[in-house]
Amino acid sequence: MLEGPLILIIEDEQPIRRFLRAALTAEGYRLSEAESGQQGLRLASQQPPDLVILDLGLPDQDGQEVLKSLREWLTAPIIILSARDQETQKVQALDSGADDYVTKPFGIAELLARMRTALRHSTGGPETSPEFSVGDITVDLAARLVTVRQELVHLTPLEYKLLATLIKHAGKVLTHRFLLHEVWGPGHADETHSLRVFMASLRRKLEADSARPRYLLTEPGVGYRLQA
Amino acid sequence: MDSRPNPDELLARVQAEEAKSHRGKLKIFFGAAPGVGKTYAMLEAARREKAAGVDVVVGYVEPHGRQETEALLEGLEVIPSRQIEYHGMTLREVDVDAIVKRHPKLVLVDELAHTNAEGSCYAKRWQDVEELRDAGIDVYTTLNVQHIESLNDIVAKITGVTVRETIPDHVFESADDLEMADLTAEELLERLAAGKVYVPGQAERALQNFFQKSNLVALRELSLRFAAQRLHQDVELARRERAGKETWATAERLLVCVGPSPTTPRVIRTARRMAAALNADWIATTVEPTAGASVNPHVREAIAQHLRLAERLGAQTTTLTGDDVADTVLDYARSRNVTKIIIGKTNDSRWKHLLLGTVVDKLLESSGEIDIYVIHGKPERLPHLAPATHGRQPASWRPYALSAATVLVCAFVAAVFSYWRLSEANLVMVFLTGVAWVGFRYGRGPAILASVASVLTFDFCFVPPNLTFAVSDTQYLLTFVVMLAIGLIVATLTSRLKEQAAHARLREHRTSALYELSRQLSSLSGSEFLVIAAGRQIEAIFEVEAAIYLSHPPGPPELRYGQHTSIPGQPINAIVAQWVAEHDQMAGAATDTLPNATALFFPLVASQQTLGALGVKSDEPSRLLAPDQRRLLEACTSQLALALERDQMAVAAHEAQVRAETEHLRSSLLSGVSHDLRTPLAVITGASSSLLENSDASEITRRELLTTVVDESRRLSRLLDNLLEMSKLESGAAAPNMQWHVLEELVGAALSRTRHDLANFHVQVDLPAGLPLVRADGILLEQVFINLLENAARYCPSGSQISLTASVSGSWLLTRIRDNGPGFAPGTEERIFDKFFRGTGLPDGRRGSGLGLAICRAVVQLHGGTITAANRPGCGAEFTIQLPLDKNPPPVAVG
Repeated sequence: MLEGPLILIIEDEQPIRRFLRAALTAEGYRLSEAESGQQGLRLASQQPPDLVILDLGLPDQDGQEVLKSLREWLTAPIIILSARDQETQKVQALDSGADDYVTKPFGIAELLARMRTALRHSTGGPETSPEFSVGDITVDLAARLVTVRQELVHLTPLEYKLLATLIKHAGKVLTHRFLLHEVWGPGHADETHSLRVFMASLRRKLEADSARPRYLLTEPGVGYRLQA
Repeated sequence: MDSRPNPDELLARVQAEEAKSHRGKLKIFFGAAPGVGKTYAMLEAARREKAAGVDVVVGYVEPHGRQETEALLEGLEVIPSRQIEYHGMTLREVDVDAIVKRHPKLVLVDELAHTNAEGSCYAKRWQDVEELRDAGIDVYTTLNVQHIESLNDIVAKITGVTVRETIPDHVFESADDLEMADLTAEELLERLAAGKVYVPGQAERALQNFFQKSNLVALRELSLRFAAQRLHQDVELARRERAGKETWATAERLLVCVGPSPTTPRVIRTARRMAAALNADWIATTVEPTAGASVNPHVREAIAQHLRLAERLGAQTTTLTGDDVADTVLDYARSRNVTKIIIGKTNDSRWKHLLLGTVVDKLLESSGEIDIYVIHGKPERLPHLAPATHGRQPASWRPYALSAATVLVCAFVAAVFSYWRLSEANLVMVFLTGVAWVGFRYGRGPAILASVASVLTFDFCFVPPNLTFAVSDTQYLLTFVVMLAIGLIVATLTSRLKEQAAHARLREHRTSALYELSRQLSSLSGSEFLVIAAGRQIEAIFEVEAAIYLSHPPGPPELRYGQHTSIPGQPINAIVAQWVAEHDQMAGAATDTLPNATALFFPLVASQQTLGALGVKSDEPSRLLAPDQRRLLEACTSQLALALERDQMAVAAHEAQVRAETEHLRSSLLSGVSHDLRTPLAVITGASSSLLENSDASEITRRELLTTVVDESRRLSRLLDNLLEMSKLESGAAAPNMQWHVLEELVGAALSRTRHDLANFHVQVDLPAGLPLVRADGILLEQVFINLLENAARYCPSGSQISLTASVSGSWLLTRIRDNGPGFAPGTEERIFDKFFRGTGLPDGRRGSGLGLAICRAVVQLHGGTITAANRPGCGAEFTIQLPLDKNPPPVAVG
């Protein structure tokens, strides 16, 4: 690839833009920068980016509104920057189409990892490989077989469905609401506790130490992520 | 005698001046009769003002078709009058709202004594004028002498025509200026004959009734004298203002006795004129017998009407209680330093005079230094004293029948005694017992019947010759007289006793209701509860429907109590409530202001503001206006108003306290952490600037400096998180987001967040499978585990053991975090949870914010649990978190 993917940064804080610029250009990304929601929307329509990094706290416009406007036509992944105590905002952003979020203050390594995952999902299309493996866990999606450390593990149908959903979106944060809708179906949006119970039993079956999961990660107040 | 200015008087003068400076001035063009040229004079004066550049408008002028008058109107701006349709006629009234909106300097309003059409805000035009003056607009108006309330009876005597349209004297007295429009009787009659007074057609009738020369002369004299008296007062006032020390008048105080008699209004008016002439205060009083319940309702209503008349004329009114009218009045008069008592001549029959003497005689006898004026009056019925609508209750026949039956029983008992040959005196006793019982049980009437029947039965059955009314021995006649007399006395005494008891019960009921109201109001807080308590009590005390409106500026008052009554059903009531709350005056049914309302409204006047209005609806609203009822109602409303105000103030004080505490917290947090904020910033600045400047530093140095920058940044970030968390928890701003959680997941998230700090420790987690779900705010509880784990990592040497275990004990979930570090200083187990308490013996670089454990405790307490710390036997610290378990966790959806 001659030119790296185009990243649109919508962020009003100049120091953050500066350090992102330094780090991302070093990684070979091309950048376009906007310091307000309006400017961001304009830049995005002039030259559609491959990925958007959007700060939720913008001076001119609510970040959520910018996100919705972008999602009306833009399919490229969007990563949200947010503060630590804004769980509801994160969930809202994810539910209205953001792909991932990074909590301020963040390390650049974390951001780069999230960007790679997001770009892979958007360019690679849906996972078609019949087999998924991470660490010592292997899942044969065609045969519906799960092995951990070469041992076959029995999962209940619901556990399997939950795992399969996580695998389908491996590396990406999935909100409680999304998982409940995908696995339990519509009408179960308020049963987060059921999701937690199933997640705990899945961890006990798949993780070496269920209290210190390495793959089935918790995103506090938001949802879960399968470490890919 | 004390010659210094009385402080009360001085204060009143200052207040009067203050009120005057804000209010518009009133100038009255005063005359003896229609046609003397008042309106003309007023218009001329207005033209002069206009020529002098004053902003003059005409609010209302009744030209009566007079050409001269109409000519004068030309060139003056006229505010169109309000048109009111009334029984097919179109009536014109002053449009107060339009004038206030236009807000001229001076407005002309003709005929001050006019009665407004039904449906107007006020019953009388003078009330419109008061409102205009309140709005700061000067008013010119016209008035004839016969319309002055205190002269009403004199005018009626002169002309034989009772004038219904009157204005209270205080309105006349509050005028800043008076201009007499005077014409001799002959001139007036000439003008009348020339058709210059009324349009022809009206003139004929008016002439016959009113415009007789003798009438006009008398009226002219009356008006001149009245005006002169008024001017004399002005002169007096001016002299006082110059503060000649010796000109302070002696304080006269008048007291007028008010009774139910139709002559009383005249007595009251006379008192009023005397008071005005003497420039004295006056009090109108009535005396209620102690057995008040027995007072005939008509009498009560008449007295109430008379007291209201006195009040309108400017008297202070009071109701006294006592059985001897003269003594009671004199006692009160002495206590108030009254100098003159005015009383009407009684019309009792001559023999009663001779037998019992009159109140007047008694007063004259024992008045001592107080002058007594006895007024003879022509009977007069107050115009709106409604003819008795509720006649005397039809006497029930039952008590009388039972009284007769009692006499029969007595006769039977007496017959038995007589059979045993007991003496006749004992038989008489039997009958008297019966009479006493009837008196006590059924009251006076049946007891009198029983007395008479007893005498007759005794005569008929037991006095020889038996079974005839004839009497053989004349001695028995004396027995009959004595028996009847004793019977009547017993009947009177017992029935009075009963009435007194009933009256006492009534008062006791009322007092206890009032006490109950004040007790409830003082024990409650929250305006919604206060209005409900007050509304119910007022309904119970007065047997009315009550509604309470509270003001919410700038909107209209809001109905807060009385949704169940018929009061809010009438839209007019809400308007009256608003008016009452804005004007601080009683209004509504049975009053002169907004009388079309179905309820009577009282303002809720508190010490600093008016909070709304209380509406009460009764089938006979005038009952509520009786002075004692009205005072009681006012006492209730003021209690409610004060309670509401107290509540508002308490709420405001509480808010202020919370603000102050938040402020204090913020500043204490800031001062507590300023050092901790500066240290990492200093390190970051130092390390990064040395990186910038020493470009030739070795790779190892560079990495070391960069690691320092990153570490310190993390520390700073954590400190800020803790600060925010603490202030959120302490202000109570964020409600916890309670959900059902799996403990393992929360612990897992905490371990993941602290993995850098815990990298050099052996952390052992032991959570049994199948722990129940715990209801918690996940983020907050996770923070508790993070803080405890960080704490352990901070205080324990590298390589220490940290363990986290959980178990269920009864309805509690116990989580323990142990380490084998140094533990904490003995005796600090509680203090370590205080804000800014820090363990000792740590280098600056590893010190915490001193908030971690304080946050832990606040969060755990928010969840209804406890957190304790202890040193383990041997070494190390142990923290125990106890969280309540819900007995009914939700079912888990399995598909």
